[in-house]
Amino acid sequence: MSFAINIKELAKKPPKLLPGHRLCAGCAAPVLVKLTLLASEGPTIVVNATGCLEVATTIFPYTSWAVPWIHNAFENAASTASGIDAAIKALRRRGAIKDERVNIIVFAGDGGTYDIGLQALSGAVERGHNFLYILYDNEAYMNTGIQRSGGTPLGAATTTSPAGKVIPGKLQQKKPIADIIVAHKAPYVATVTPAHWVDLMRKVKKALSIEGPKFIHALSPCPRGWRYDSDLSIEIAKLAVDTCYFPLWEYENGVWRLTDRSLVIARNPKLKKPITEFLKVQARFKHLLRPENAYVVKKLQDYIDAMWSDLIKRAGLK
Amino acid sequence: MSLVQALEVFKGRVMALNGDEAVAWAVKQSNVDVVAAYPITPQTIIVEKFSEFVADGEVHTEFVPVESEHSALSACVGAAAAGARVFTATASQGLALMWEILYVASGLRLPIVMAVVNRALSAPINIHCDHSDTMGARDSGWIQLYVEDSQEAYDTTIQAFKIAEHPDVLLPVMVNLDGFFLSHTLQNVNLLPDDVVKKFVGIRRPVKIYVPYLGREVPLALDGKTPITMGPLDLQDYYFEHKMHQVKAIENSRDVIMKVNEEYAELSGRSYGNGLVVPYGLDDAEVAIVVLGSAAGTVRYVIRRLRRRGVKIGMLRIRAFRPFPVNDVVKALKDVKVVCAMDRSLSFGALGGPLFNELRSAFYDEGSRPIILNYIYGLGGRDIPPSAVKVIVDELLNVAKTMEVKELVKYVGVRE
Repeated sequence: MSFAINIKELAKKPPKLLPGHRLCAGCAAPVLVKLTLLASEGPTIVVNATGCLEVATTIFPYTSWAVPWIHNAFENAASTASGIDAAIKALRRRGAIKDERVNIIVFAGDGGTYDIGLQALSGAVERGHNFLYILYDNEAYMNTGIQRSGGTPLGAATTTSPAGKVIPGKLQQKKPIADIIVAHKAPYVATVTPAHWVDLMRKVKKALSIEGPKFIHALSPCPRGWRYDSDLSIEIAKLAVDTCYFPLWEYENGVWRLTDRSLVIARNPKLKKPITEFLKVQARFKHLLRPENAYVVKKLQDYIDAMWSDLIKRAGLK
Repeated sequence: MSLVQALEVFKGRVMALNGDEAVAWAVKQSNVDVVAAYPITPQTIIVEKFSEFVADGEVHTEFVPVESEHSALSACVGAAAAGARVFTATASQGLALMWEILYVASGLRLPIVMAVVNRALSAPINIHCDHSDTMGARDSGWIQLYVEDSQEAYDTTIQAFKIAEHPDVLLPVMVNLDGFFLSHTLQNVNLLPDDVVKKFVGIRRPVKIYVPYLGREVPLALDGKTPITMGPLDLQDYYFEHKMHQVKAIENSRDVIMKVNEEYAELSGRSYGNGLVVPYGLDDAEVAIVVLGSAAGTVRYVIRRLRRRGVKIGMLRIRAFRPFPVNDVVKALKDVKVVCAMDRSLSFGALGGPLFNELRSAFYDEGSRPIILNYIYGLGGRDIPPSAVKVIVDELLNVAKTMEVKELVKYVGVRE
């Protein structure tokens, strides 16, 4: 099956996330949503966990969503999607729904996925519901004011992991959330960024063509929380990939593949940039560049290198 | 009842069922699209029995065996929002875990039906009956119906779908049955024929609403095509109005509960008072006991015996605790001298239990009102035998004679 992207055709499609929402300038979340919905065909229902995207796109009596949309609570987007999936199956069985298929797409942040929503997600994947879960990962609880989450990287300063006199930001590594979903034997798991948009749309199209639970981990740079100028989001997403901090890959029925820029880097390792390139443009890491915190940067670099070489092995490239 | 109707009823069957099984049978017959549930004692039999119906292909229902009660109700919200008829069941800790989503379900106006098999809350952990679980949820915007026996659990579950989905209501309904006393006790239950129930409840058809930005009426359901936004952020300038819609809806539900009780009576020959309250022996009563749930059976037994000896005592069973039937309660009890509210739960730090507070509040504006006492009983499944009820009655009669209250709130049969 081809999942080619035709930009001329896409330009003709009406957007499904409309202007007027209150997301911050430079926020990557609406870019991810627009690209995702552009890549989806046919009837679609969106489930949104509590978070930036939800509060900024639906302030009553306004809505930016040109697709059916529901927000239930913070930790239960996956269980809400389970219920919708069950309803579609039952309603089809009794003849109330005629459509061949209805896409169910979840958008949830890192707080709603790594932390409070992990149980609901694990349950929904185990039960095999037919839905696509998109984690837009801005690496902290941005909606409540930049508190650390399981998705916050080592060393990042947040309002609950501040860089203090004795503690240099977050002390723990970022949880490998996509690997956790792979461990559930989900039929399709992938990573994307808003910068590598052809890769993103191809993966969304592929995911929606597969029956069962699909998971896409999207990096979502956040100017407010990561502390950089709002015109740099796409550049920073590129750096995340170029440093192998956030490699692009997909996992399909037991097979791992590197994609897009990450495949290029795997074939030409010289292109891999040091993590400092990613760190130095974001003020959440600025304390790490002081000499006394060099050990934290090394720890982060070692972690990234180990994960990257493991990924290359899984993809059968070495 | 007409002959035709009588024959319809006759075509049903009598089965020895416990309360949980009675609920499962009602759900089986009620065209339910989605059941999402998690096991917890003493609710488990409902889910087990229903799983058998699913496994044997006897229902079209999609059963979602979720990983927690929080997800059970969350899945129900998703399914009901997608236009499905939805059922779940829980008890105690499970209801407590659902708490957050109870308010989402009622706030989103989703007609979910949930059986709660009443059980005490931890700590200390206890699996037996009291009403602490559902009484804590009394302000969550759900309609709460408390049943006396397994027959009523069956009948009320069927009625609940009709009440919840009524266009003037659109609220979730809790059907509350006492853990073990009902859930695990066999009783002969009259089942209506499948086709009679299916006709009575119909299939769920989501109401239509006018959506300004679409400029047309659309079904209030996520159908994959109609871009409706459910559960938006709702701030200072609209939230209060939306809460007032819920106030209106639960007020509307009084009439609907009564009407459904009447319609069901025509179908089955069974009714429960006016649907809200069930009086017994109140016509000439000087003292009365107000009670919820299965203890009504014991109270009625004691009253029946005492009435044979000329004691003027009656009982009012509250079937609908939410909405609280204020007018019906006042009307039923205004000529009684002494009333006692029997509460099977605590409201720590308050003046008496929840039922007591509702009763006292209902009578506040009445010119003449009975003395109202509170007896808190049966926590953690402690039995309330006829002898204990007899002690309460003697005390009530004594107060009626002396018109003196020594202790307003009493705890039945508790060791010092």
